[in-house]
Amino acid sequence: MAINEFTYSGIPAEAEALRAEVREFLAHTLADYPPALRAQSWMGFDASFSKALGAKGWLGMALPREYGGTQAGFFARYVVSEELLAAGAPVSAHWIADRQSGPLINKFGTHAQRDRYLPAICRGESYFCIGMSEPGSGSDLASIRSTAVRDGEGWRVNGQKVWTTNAHHSHYMIALLRTGDKQTARHEGMSQFIVDLRLPGITVRPIRDLAGGEHFNEVFFDDVYLADDALIGSEGKGWEQVTAELAFERSGPERFLSSMALIKTMIDAIGTQPDALQAAEVGRLAARLATLRNMSLAVTAQLASGGQPAWAASCVKDLGNAFEQDIPELAQRLLDIEPRQHGGSDHAQVLAYLTQMAPSFSLRGGTREILRGIIARGLGLR
Amino acid sequence: MRELFESTIERLLADGSGSETVLASEGGVWSATLWDAIEDSGFTLAAAPESLGGADAGWADLYVIARAAGRYAVPLPLSEALLANWLLGSCGLEPQSGSLSFAANAQLTLSAGRVSGVLRDVPWGRHVQTVIAIADNDGVGPSLVVLARSQAQGIEQSLNVAGEPRDTLFFNNAVVVDSAPLPNGLSSEVLHLGGALIRSAQIAGALTRLLEMTSEYAGQRNQFGKPIGAFQAIQQQLAVFAEQTAAANIAAQAAFVQSDRALNWFAIAVAKVSAAEAATQCANIAHAVHGAIGFTQEYALQLYTRRLWAWRGEFGTATRWSQQIGAQVCAVGGDGFWPLLTQDSVSGASA
Ligand SMILES: Cc1cc2nc3c(=O)[nH]c(=O)nc-3n(C[C@H](O)[C@H](O)[C@H](O)COP(=O)(O)OP(=O)(O)OC[C@H]3O[C@@H](n4cnc5c(N)ncnc54)[C@H](O)[C@@H]3O)c2cc1C
Repeated sequence: MAINEFTYSGIPAEAEALRAEVREFLAHTLADYPPALRAQSWMGFDASFSKALGAKGWLGMALPREYGGTQAGFFARYVVSEELLAAGAPVSAHWIADRQSGPLINKFGTHAQRDRYLPAICRGESYFCIGMSEPGSGSDLASIRSTAVRDGEGWRVNGQKVWTTNAHHSHYMIALLRTGDKQTARHEGMSQFIVDLRLPGITVRPIRDLAGGEHFNEVFFDDVYLADDALIGSEGKGWEQVTAELAFERSGPERFLSSMALIKTMIDAIGTQPDALQAAEVGRLAARLATLRNMSLAVTAQLASGGQPAWAASCVKDLGNAFEQDIPELAQRLLDIEPRQHGGSDHAQVLAYLTQMAPSFSLRGGTREILRGIIARGLGLR
Repeated sequence: MRELFESTIERLLADGSGSETVLASEGGVWSATLWDAIEDSGFTLAAAPESLGGADAGWADLYVIARAAGRYAVPLPLSEALLANWLLGSCGLEPQSGSLSFAANAQLTLSAGRVSGVLRDVPWGRHVQTVIAIADNDGVGPSLVVLARSQAQGIEQSLNVAGEPRDTLFFNNAVVVDSAPLPNGLSSEVLHLGGALIRSAQIAGALTRLLEMTSEYAGQRNQFGKPIGAFQAIQQQLAVFAEQTAAANIAAQAAFVQSDRALNWFAIAVAKVSAAEAATQCANIAHAVHGAIGFTQEYALQLYTRRLWAWRGEFGTATRWSQQIGAQVCAVGGDGFWPLLTQDSVSGASA
């Protein structure tokens, strides 16, 4: 029974021991960092902060020492990640590289590829983006059309990616590209490539989101030449590799902590004497969050023991997204404070920001409907 | 110990706690054969010290027993007996064999070995031989008392929405079977807290069974020429069902593990809220997916949904527990919230 994938796992004491140190570092480093910026959560970009984390040994914690990692393990990484998110630290520069590109390269890369990419990831100096979505391919990822065609020793790439978070700040994209015939091999005809975004023929154009921020981009490939060693993993195994990557992408604390800054300002705005409704809703929120965290830790335990918890990760993300999307609405229900984009209190600003960001939570990384489809398949319904 | 408990109790209940047994119980029958089988396997004494005939199991291991009680809708005070004997052991008293329950809601005074007062909402109160409760012991503070139900002067019968007895017992100058002052570290709310703990596991067990039944049914029932489970609207509802069931299971298990040797208030409050919310949503979906057949007495669905509707509110509704958590959170403020939430993260931690 799929439900048994959720077995409670506490955090091992060695990993938990890191928490106090991380908290102290954040309290010190982010002392003057305002709530309105903390609200950006893992969309906040600050390369110097990422390098500082690298220097602390808090990146690449699940990567081998020989490539610059600390091998501290999945739970240590979890403790650091959740403390960063809870504080609203600006982690977006390294986030994708540390969360999924690094582990992907470690798992599927050659020795030379690991040597080349992992140390800089672990130092917080090398940033990655995910090139999956295309204009015609969102949920139906297997319908992508961008191609990589054999050309001498290397590959020739043409096509377009879209919604690529941080492409404008990144050194590399891990792109899912079609290397085989779409008609005869829908899933087998795709491969993953590490694309150096400085190569000729690549154009990156930011797309403004509805709140005016520049986080995602469109990326054009016009006859881009990739060397042979840009291929990561096996030719034709792109789909399987992406699926493995998604368990990392979907189960972490960033799938339910995106509204953390607002939770804090809301609790402060309510004050120490909540009325009956406020107490009930704040308590309910705390219970939901505590339970989501335990679910996420259960998935972490599976990842740590080499499992492939794609099903459980989908449960965490869907339930987590619903939670983080509820917070701005809850704030409006419990307090008579309207959102303010400029001026107003910290709470009003954080509320304005997260009210606008909330719709994206259940789109990025796979939509609600797609996740529920995966869960239904695990129940034997599809 | 957990694996052994789990395989043994599952086997025992799969044989012994079928729909017929549960329905007979709702008709007022005490399921004596099943109770004897449970007792003979030693489950009711599992939490008692080994020196007193128990297995000295902590709550981390007892979880699977309480969950199984829910999974099989056991029409007996199985998890109540676990809690009662655990508390007796914690107070240095002998465990009780025979049918046993407790009252979390008691107004009792103990004086010179005799008690007077009232016990409310006693699970299976009319059937059990023994009931434990916390009494006010004038001058000494709260004491745990063991009472023979036969000593009750009066009884007011009541049934929860699942037809399970929740009776009120009156005592007048009754001789106690045993008593001891509550040791330091146990509050007079301990039975309320423990009640919430065991119900959260029973809800998790019932939800898991209900999810299996509902997924299976969706794969078998055909309409418009295909199984209803092939319709995306049904799939999406069952996905939510699974998420909520996973949430209830992990929350309950976390509460048991974190309470292994001492009840963890925060984890139990979280578990009761999570389980109660899951119960509400999932019972709704289970009925929607089953259509009219699920609305019959004969079909086993109702055995579970009616228990979910009963158990979610017993020993504190989701709202009651939420308000108490919320008061704590507001007291520590925005900066204190995250430290409060993460305080017992270490494997095997207990407060
Ligand atoms: C903030 C943000 C950041 C992002 N960052 C990245 C990134 O870094 N890299 C990247 O590759 N992509 C990124 N994405 C893209 C994201 O992965 C897609 O938005 C997502 O997969 C959905 O695709 P779509 O937007 O084309 O919507 P569509 O696929 O067109 O879906 C629209 C609606 O139709 C529903 N739908 C589609 N198919 C089905 C079906 N079979 N059954 C039922 N309903 C269905 C969807 O659930 C949704 O409700 C980002 C998106 C956002 C919003």
